[in-house]
This record gives sequence, structure tokens and C-alpha cells, in this order.
Amino acid sequence: MSGIWLIARRDFSAFINTWWGCVILSLTLLIDGVLFQAVAMTATPRYSADVLTDFFFLTGGVVLIAGVFTTMRSFAEERQTGTMVLIESSPLSETQAVMGKYLSGLMFLALLLGLTAYMPGMIFVNGKISEQQIAVGYLGVFLMGAAGIAIGTWASAISRNQLLSLVIAAVITVFFVLCWMLSRVLDPPFKGLFAYMAFFDKQFQPFQEGRINTEGIVFFVSVSFAFLLLATRSLIARRWE
Amino acid sequence: MITVEGLSHWYGDRRAVEGLSFTIQQNECVGLLGLNGAGKSTTMKVLAGLLVPTGGTVTIDGADLVNAGAEFRARIGYLPEDPPLYKEMTVREFVSYCGQLKGMKARDVEARLDGVLALAQLTARQHQVIGELSHGYRKRCGIAQAIIHKPSVVILDEPISGLDPKQIFEMRQVIRDLAKDATVIISSHILSEISETCDRLIVLNGGRIVAAGTEAELAARAGGASRVTLVVRGSDAAITAALAKAGAVGADRREEAGGLTRVHVTLPTVSNGDSRENLVRALVEGGIGLRRMIEDEGELEQIFLGLTKESAQ
Repeated sequence: MSGIWLIARRDFSAFINTWWGCVILSLTLLIDGVLFQAVAMTATPRYSADVLTDFFFLTGGVVLIAGVFTTMRSFAEERQTGTMVLIESSPLSETQAVMGKYLSGLMFLALLLGLTAYMPGMIFVNGKISEQQIAVGYLGVFLMGAAGIAIGTWASAISRNQLLSLVIAAVITVFFVLCWMLSRVLDPPFKGLFAYMAFFDKQFQPFQEGRINTEGIVFFVSVSFAFLLLATRSLIARRWE
Repeated sequence: MITVEGLSHWYGDRRAVEGLSFTIQQNECVGLLGLNGAGKSTTMKVLAGLLVPTGGTVTIDGADLVNAGAEFRARIGYLPEDPPLYKEMTVREFVSYCGQLKGMKARDVEARLDGVLALAQLTARQHQVIGELSHGYRKRCGIAQAIIHKPSVVILDEPISGLDPKQIFEMRQVIRDLAKDATVIISSHILSEISETCDRLIVLNGGRIVAAGTEAELAARAGGASRVTLVVRGSDAAITAALAKAGAVGADRREEAGGLTRVHVTLPTVSNGDSRENLVRALVEGGIGLRRMIEDEGELEQIFLGLTKESAQ
């Protein structure tokens, strides 16, 4: 665990102290805030629960994009700058290295979500929503964001440069986001399969509305696990090249 | 002790090294020598645990690279040609981080840190951000990260490349100090760079070992063929006769002040003994005053090229 924490702490600290980290954090918050103002806070009177639902929908999307930009540097940057050698020649296992990078991504995600809290805070003060609704919504965004970070971590583990990592992670993430569209045009059994794989539609919607979705938890945790496992296998395979 | 047996590594269908077998004793300083593409870096990466060999075994004090990967890597300190550095960290933070990455407890790292920084001659720069350091100091940072966890084997890939003469001199001292506590393996494609610091040399060519031994042994293997510059006092005829007697060929003969003559001499290849001794004997027996005999700078490289050429044939 100490090895995982060591990598996570350094990675998070390095990211947050660079202009790149600050830009991603600031831009994400700016875009999320502007979208919240433009889409959720309309001039027409609305139920506060609906405004909260829209907030989590928008934040979920923005967080996924931020996750792709955050994780593109993960292993790919270490490889580009030559510092990957430090991890590869250490006694740490590939699993520890991947988990360290992933934990760093989760720390960034938690920070980002923490900084968006003023928006549901305003709804809470001025409307009628419960703390549980907010907590469940954030749980959903966190789980979906964590799955996106796992995808980005894997893309970074297999890429030699950050741009390639970004493209791979973006394509996979967009695929999961757009699965709901595919499910509408396909016939069974693919219809059900793609509907199940859709990030937003089936899996995330209950969280948006303040309902804990056990199936969604299992899905997002499974996606995260699968991509972290792939990332670990990719790093192991590199030793055998 | 490092034992390498039948080490082979292929990148796809391209052979990098094949059939390497050698043993390196504790606290020995060994140089891996070879032209670019000879297989030095691949060998170093395998020894550092970065690559799993396609064939053969590598063990350090009994720990096998494949079966005990983590334990194996814990015993290694590795510095690639380009030092792997987090440039936003200070020297002290970076070396401390690397120590913990290698599995040391924070308090153990702290206890050892000052000594390591002193050994790498970094004490005065320990609070400086790495990104602001010169190339020489970055190399030293790389060495400090490689030795912070007190490894039994330190692997340095081209540690002197890109350094200025002063930095080279200081780096040699650092390497000599390292060899007091650990086995040191250094790679280079310039023989004179590593012959200064290594006890023994292993010459690679085309992914195979073509020679191994001390510098003197390699010179003998290459036939002792070498070039020297003589400063002598005597007549032209006597000098010519002495050179002929020793089987040497003189060239570029020049008169110098004080009745001295400077002559460049190519020594013959001899199967027994040393051609330089034969030359001196011939000069003395010919009544010629020998003031100086200077071995040509390129001699070591001649040996190296001779060995690689010999293996190619």
C-alpha cells in the first residue's frame, strides 16, 4: 500500500502544481459552471430536484472529459520523459504502479467534485432537495468518473506518447457514452447489451435522480476493474518485449 | 555475485544479444564495451530487471530475475544514459522519493540521505530544483537515486557521456567510491573512458561477447599491436637499425632541439612478450639514448577496434 500511496501522492502533487493541472481544473469548473447556469438554471421556474438532476448530468459529462485529459499523462508522460525507468526498476509490482496512478486520478476527481459542491449547495439552500439526493448524485458521478479514469490509465499504459493516449481514451469513452444511441438502432440481443453498457442512459440516470442503482455500481466498478487489469497486463507485457 | 548464463534477447525477429555468459564478483567494477548496437544497453536493461530475457538466466546473489523479480530489482541500482529525473523536485526530495520507491522506510532514507548526497557530491545542491541543474549535476542525481537503497549492484549506462573534462574527472572519483561498497557495471563505447575505472572489461560485438579480461589481457589478445612516439638521441642510421631489429616501423621522423629525434613508431604484433619491451631493448643495445616513450592516445581504441574487427572476421 505504501508504494501505491507514494506514486499517487507524487503524481497528484506534480499534476496539481503544473500549469496543465491548473488549466484542466479551472477549465472544467468554468465549463461546468457555465453549463449549469445556461442549461439547469433557466428563467422558467423548475423543481429544484430537476435542476439537481441536470447538474449531475452536466457534471458527469464534464468530469469524463476532464478524466481523459488528466490521465493522458499518467504513464505516457513518464515514458516520454524517461522516468518510467524509476518505476520499472523498482521492486513495486505492476499492479501497485497502476493502482498508484489510478489513485492519483481519483484524488483529482475528488478535488474536482469537491469544488463543484457550491452548485448543489445553492440548490439546497434555495430549493427543496435532501442531502441524500446530493450524496447519491455525487456517488454516481464519482463512479462514472472513476471508470473514465481507469480507461484513461489503460490508454496511457499502452501509449508511447500523451497525444495517442488522449485519442485512445477519448474514443473508448465516447463509445461508452454513445452506447445508448446504438442500443436504439440495433436488434436484440445487441440492443440490450449496448443499453447495459451505456454510461449515461441506463447506468447513471438513477444516480442523477437521487436513487442508488446497485446495477450501476456493479457496472462502473466492473469497467474500472477491467481496464485497470488491462493496464497491469500491458505493463507486464512490456517487460517481455 | 552476478551470474549470467546463456542470456539472449530478441526484439521481435531482431537479435539484440545471444548466448552471453559471465560472472561478476562482489565489489568488482566491470565495463561493458561495444560499438553502438552491440547489445550493451539491452544487456544493461536485462541486468536492471527492466526486460525479461528471451532465453538464459540472470541471478544476483541467488535471486533469479524471472522468478524473484521484485527481490532481484531491490538489489539493483540503475542509471540509464539519460538520467530519469522529476525536474520539478529538489535534489533532496527526489532522492528521498526514489529511496522509498525502492522499498525503504522514510526514516531509513533520511538516515542515509546525507551520506549518499555527499558521495554523489550533491550536498551543496540538495535544495536546488533539478530542472535548474547542469547536465553533470543531473547525472549525479541519477547516481544518487541509483544508490540510495544501498544496492549490491550498481548499473551505470554511459555515465560519462556528455560531461566536460572536469565533470568526467569528478564522476570517475564518484564511481571509484561506489565500487568500495557495491559491484559496479558500466557501459561505454569508448574504451579509454571505462578503462580508467574498471577492473575488468567485457567486449560485446553483434550481440555476443568477443573478449573479456583486464585491459592488459585484451591488449595481449589483440596482439599487443600499438603505436608509440619515441624521443631519442642517436644517428638516423642507428635508429633505423634498432627499429628494424625490433620489427617496428618508424615514420614522421623530426629533429628536435638538443640533438634529439622524435619518431612515431608502429609496433609489430608478437605472440609472446611485449613489443614495447623488445623495442626498448633494441634501442639500448643499439647505443641510442631513450628520453621518452609515449603511448599514443588512440592505442586503447586500436585494441578495441582490433577485437571487434577480429570477431567480425
